[in-house]
Amino acid sequence: MEIPRHWRLKKQRYSLQGEICPHCEGKIFPPRDVCPHCGNDARTTFTFSGRGKVYSFTHVTEAPAGFEETAPYTVALVQLEEGPVVTAQLTDVEADEVEIGMPVEMVTRKIRSDGNERGIIIYGYKFRPVLDGAR
Amino acid sequence: MEKPETPILAHKPARPVGIVGYGAYVPRYRLPAREVARIWKGGKDEAPVREKSVPGADEDVITMSIEAARNALARARIHAHEIRAVWVGSESHPYAVKPSSTVVAEAIGAPVSIQAGDWEFACKAGTEAMVAAIAMVAAGMGRYALAIGMDTAQGRPGDALEYTAAAGGAAYILGPAEESLAVVEGTYSYVTDTPDFWRRAHERYPQHGQRFTGDPAYFKHITEAGKQLMKDLGVTAADIQYAVFHQPNTKFPQRVAKMLGFTPEQIQPGLLSPVIGNTYAGAAMIGLSAVLDCAKPGDRILVVSFGSGAGSDAFLFRTTEALVERQRLALQTQDYIARRTEIDYGMYVRLRGKLAD
Repeated sequence: MEIPRHWRLKKQRYSLQGEICPHCEGKIFPPRDVCPHCGNDARTTFTFSGRGKVYSFTHVTEAPAGFEETAPYTVALVQLEEGPVVTAQLTDVEADEVEIGMPVEMVTRKIRSDGNERGIIIYGYKFRPVLDGAR
Repeated sequence: MEKPETPILAHKPARPVGIVGYGAYVPRYRLPAREVARIWKGGKDEAPVREKSVPGADEDVITMSIEAARNALARARIHAHEIRAVWVGSESHPYAVKPSSTVVAEAIGAPVSIQAGDWEFACKAGTEAMVAAIAMVAAGMGRYALAIGMDTAQGRPGDALEYTAAAGGAAYILGPAEESLAVVEGTYSYVTDTPDFWRRAHERYPQHGQRFTGDPAYFKHITEAGKQLMKDLGVTAADIQYAVFHQPNTKFPQRVAKMLGFTPEQIQPGLLSPVIGNTYAGAAMIGLSAVLDCAKPGDRILVVSFGSGAGSDAFLFRTTEALVERQRLALQTQDYIARRTEIDYGMYVRLRGKLAD
């Protein structure tokens, strides 16, 4: 059980809430309060758009504990529109449809269940191919 | 005091209220009815729908509500900070104890100074939340209130409900009429203690009263609610462009529409059960979102939900000039319906965790 850790990370997990550096305007994810670009204090919150592209990916068939329910699945490095690269599962996509450069968007999904049907359900970001619709 | 002879029972908000934003969600998987018939009926059965939507392994009422609410926010063009209530109606809340609404509120960026809660009234939990949201805005307790109806419905393997028990729903942001894309002309609700369908605590699947679910339950409550609202507001089916009814299958909404004087054309855009199944607390609400996607300014829309146990909420909306520009600010209901991945019964068993017990 890691309830305090899950609770602490909920903002960044549910809605990609990171930071923006007030000195160099660098966008920071995950939030770390010190700008990785210029080294200054950066505590201003910034919510990312959730749009990005697949930078690289791999398919997982032997899932680690807690992730068996969705295996096999694809894990990708997603380069966000604003710059940072995040590691996340892809969802609503077949393995053979994934390619480098594919436009994706963030959705909030179940990441894992902590302790089967008894523990808390962990929600967080995943990415899916952009749904354009008729817009 | 003397009782007035023909009392007006419908409610008109004391302050004009309307829908300022709406958003739908349907998961991508579809289980054709023929798959259920293949497993349980030797392939021969008259199915109540063509196919139904099935949630992915990483989806539940919370994740689906978050996406619908984000679509509603995009259409409302307001910041989530302005919302004063987040209410989720469902009969498949992921937790027995721990609100879905707080996760949804946090994920969409709603503030901490809000009302939040989960509603339960079988298939009308979402419209019940919508009536409360209208009242909250009318009372001046908040500028905007979010009401969601969403379900990942349960059907026992082999039961008649397995054809239809589906996943999906819609979110509505209620706010001042002057900012609305559809104004509330009135609401009326009709409830009785009618045991047509229930699920006891700790039970995985519901029980139902077979044919008892029809006349004394679905048809009685919807016609009573619909007739009274139209009478009190002085309108007939001919004054209304579209009607949406709770849709547990294809035939019930078609028959109740006829009973209330509506034509097949008037219910067609909002009749989604043939292609997504019965989305329970989401059903009437996602029917309305499909109608709003294609309605024109000045159209009147009648919505009557039905929840077992039993009751109906009836609403009459009138769309405004603001509707057209907001229709395309988020994915439309039909966009989600068109996103279709067919699965077989085996994959359905896995996705719905039917081997778990």
